[in-house]
Amino acid sequence: MRYLYYPGCSAEATGKGYDASARALMEKLGVSLVELDDWNCCGATSYFSVRELDSFAIAARNLAIAQQMGDDELCVICNACYTTLAKANRYMAEDPKVFAAVQGALGAVGRTYDGNVKVRHIMDILINDIGLEEFEKHVTRRLTGLKVAPYYGCQFSRPMGAFDDVQMPTTMDRLFEATGADVITDFDAKTDCCGGMMMLTREDAALRLCHELLVAARQGGADVIVAACPLCEINLEAYQPRVNKFFGTDFDIPVMYFTQLAGLALGVDPKQLAIDKQVVSCASVLAAIPA
Amino acid sequence: MPEDKIAVYFCHCGSNIAGKVDVEKVTAWAAEQPNVVVSREYKYMCSDPGQDLIKEDIQKLGVNRVVVAACSPTMHEPTFRKAASDAGLNPYLLQMANVREHCSWVTEDKDEATEKAKRILNAQIHRLPFNEALDPIEVPVNPAVMVVGGGIAGIEAALKLSATGKKVYLVEKQPSIGGHMAMFDKTFPTLDCAACILTPKMSAAGKDPNIELLAYSEVEEVDGYVGNFKVKVRKKARYVNTDTCTGCAACLEACVVRKVPSEFDQGLGKRTAIYIPFPQAVPLRATIDAEKCLTLKGKKCKQPCTTACGPQAIDFEQQDEVLDFEVGAIIMATGFELWDPTPETRYSYGQLDNVITSLEFERISNASGPTGGHIVLKNGEAPKSVAILHCVGSRDENYQEHCSRVCCMYSLKFSHLIKEHLPETEVYELYIDMRAYGKGYEEFYKRLMDEGVHFVRGRAAEVSSVALSPEEEGRLVVKVEDTLLGIVRRIPADMVILSSGLAPAKDAKSVAQTFGFGCSANGFYLERHPKLEPVSTVTDGIFIAGCCQYPKDIPDTVAQAGAAAAGALALVDNPTVKVEPTVSYIDPEKCCGCHICVSVCPHTAIQYNEEKGVAEVITAACKGCGVCVAACGSNVPQQAGYLDDQIFAEIEGAMAL
Repeated sequence: MRYLYYPGCSAEATGKGYDASARALMEKLGVSLVELDDWNCCGATSYFSVRELDSFAIAARNLAIAQQMGDDELCVICNACYTTLAKANRYMAEDPKVFAAVQGALGAVGRTYDGNVKVRHIMDILINDIGLEEFEKHVTRRLTGLKVAPYYGCQFSRPMGAFDDVQMPTTMDRLFEATGADVITDFDAKTDCCGGMMMLTREDAALRLCHELLVAARQGGADVIVAACPLCEINLEAYQPRVNKFFGTDFDIPVMYFTQLAGLALGVDPKQLAIDKQVVSCASVLAAIPA
Repeated sequence: MPEDKIAVYFCHCGSNIAGKVDVEKVTAWAAEQPNVVVSREYKYMCSDPGQDLIKEDIQKLGVNRVVVAACSPTMHEPTFRKAASDAGLNPYLLQMANVREHCSWVTEDKDEATEKAKRILNAQIHRLPFNEALDPIEVPVNPAVMVVGGGIAGIEAALKLSATGKKVYLVEKQPSIGGHMAMFDKTFPTLDCAACILTPKMSAAGKDPNIELLAYSEVEEVDGYVGNFKVKVRKKARYVNTDTCTGCAACLEACVVRKVPSEFDQGLGKRTAIYIPFPQAVPLRATIDAEKCLTLKGKKCKQPCTTACGPQAIDFEQQDEVLDFEVGAIIMATGFELWDPTPETRYSYGQLDNVITSLEFERISNASGPTGGHIVLKNGEAPKSVAILHCVGSRDENYQEHCSRVCCMYSLKFSHLIKEHLPETEVYELYIDMRAYGKGYEEFYKRLMDEGVHFVRGRAAEVSSVALSPEEEGRLVVKVEDTLLGIVRRIPADMVILSSGLAPAKDAKSVAQTFGFGCSANGFYLERHPKLEPVSTVTDGIFIAGCCQYPKDIPDTVAQAGAAAAGALALVDNPTVKVEPTVSYIDPEKCCGCHICVSVCPHTAIQYNEEKGVAEVITAACKGCGVCVAACGSNVPQQAGYLDDQIFAEIEGAMAL
């Protein structure tokens, strides 16, 4: 199996662990990820909010390159990238005016896009293409007894819900159940917002949201929170000291990319998964699972 | 044959048609067309002066064919045909040209609309010379009425009809009549006990000599036509002889299968495999649930029910019974279903304890319910705080767009009941808009404000179990934006009641098809006219009442049931009824007797005459669907009013411009 792969900007900065672990995990499963040539930022949430039409062109440039490379599917790891790219596709398909405008913009840089590249979340590929049965066959280090809080974030299945329930997604639950982990399946905050970019503009508001998520995780007895988005991950992990300062709490919960923890279960070397690069130490997680 | 003198009348329908179509232009153009002797326009053709135009022209100008370009024929064709008839013209020499629904309402460009109106009109101008005079067919009317659904609507309609001496068949799917109303504790805004006002009516319906109560029965087939419906009803096996069973409930005491979730108690209470849904059931007879009874499942059981039953009424060999009967009219009163809030996962119904639906709360607050009327949590403790969430699955584009009309008021009733039982308990009503529209409703709302209920304007965002403060520990938390205060609130609650909207019954569409009418976009039964015929359907002789038409409260339901009964009575109180003569005819000279038409006729209105070797149409049974006309290989069956040359002329007229 081979997929064209779009890492997204955060993969080169705060989300290095996501990128490294996604590549290592897929390699272990016999899937090769071929990086998209000369990709650009998807535009993320901010660009959409201020200049919508331009943002579609920015996103569509990546899809045009995918088409040029002869692929009709594109694997994405970041929830925001996933939603943004898929949204560009959808708006182009539904509105001929958007389609024409985007074509015009792409034409100016000598590119073209027909709208036929399917944007796939890496979780979608894991569950629906590889399949849980095949995944489970590769599990060599069972996560027995590890309490995992599956944190999907707001853009994992919303608004489109292409491969999971819009309001109550369960794919991550099922993936970790296959590793033998003790998944908190009734994790109440699984799709609540982490605050996103608000952390930089209205820290108080974002910290409140993170605080609630951390409370929910602790209430469920989580040993580790797993995330599917670089922004969720960094907010939940790196801002724990700020949350503690604001709310007088003492959170020190390991937060990992779900690909990191899944990689561990498949016996990938923690260094290859960049687990040592996490802000909150994951030593407790590594110690809790048998070698 | 006198020469064709066609009159054209073009209706403005206020601005409904004239706003898009250049009426003057089309009228002037029509005057130039072949056979047209007069062409007029008028603001409202359906008004008396409008109809008088038609009558005068028929009488003074000798007009012998008429086309009225106006609304859909389902709206005013009967009006104009009556006018023509009053002036001495055969009504079937009048045609409608639908330039409203088919043209002005659905065409944006004015020039396009005008051109389209011309074509629609021209089709009828071409057709009219081919029209033939027809006479309505008069058929006898069966005076009996069938009422489908034994809730308050069906009971009321049946009692009203019975009072006029008519025979009524009251068909109810459940083992007892009573419907949803029987489950309620109190009714808003007067707080009468639902059982106290309903059970006398249930009992009266059960004892009424004119009412044949067919409980635990379902309608399987309906055939025939206005005044003469042939009905097939399946009376499901109760495995209990209803003639000898006295409803003593001794078998219920004896039954060993004791943990079946009670449908009547919304699954909160338990019942036995042999059961009576509730103590006031009518008919008060036991029923065995074949899916739960050990004996009927083929498992071992000592059958203590048989031992306990004094009159030996239990009969494990009983079979379903299929009844065939005829009625002149049918009233549909099949009710609603509460919208299941499970898909609205953010409210955690089915995930967190003590998040309940409104109907579950009705049972909890009901003295004969599973908690004996004590408002308690799952652990048996009284809640210190209750949040009532309005508009769950209602006024929500994701689920149902419509307002369910009763939820605001029943929610207020809940608040009152909670305050009455537990005065120290805090009650929060989370509403979008408070809709207290009925008699005494606004006053009731005011009363609840005085009783200290907290009204929070805002649709609840989420019901969570994540506690952020000691006060929230171990409780439910409702997150909501209070749009009056402009803040996001977290309301700790021990019990959350979801005021679910009313949904059409899951089988509404298929039931409607069985009876030959339709459903609205929101899934409820479609009335013939939203304002002037709210209890009729497009099928003559079939009426609707209660929540199967749209959510409504008990007073409105009872009023509608009375109206439906009056509608049915106005029909069955006549010895005969006139039906459309647009039926099919088979020329015995041309028929080769191949049977194709016999096999395709959905109303078994064609029979084969062995002696003559030809097919024959039973005129009274023919509904004029035209299937035989299309199916015949030799083009023999012809349908009056829809003859080939009439249809072809119509097509030519439409295409000619």
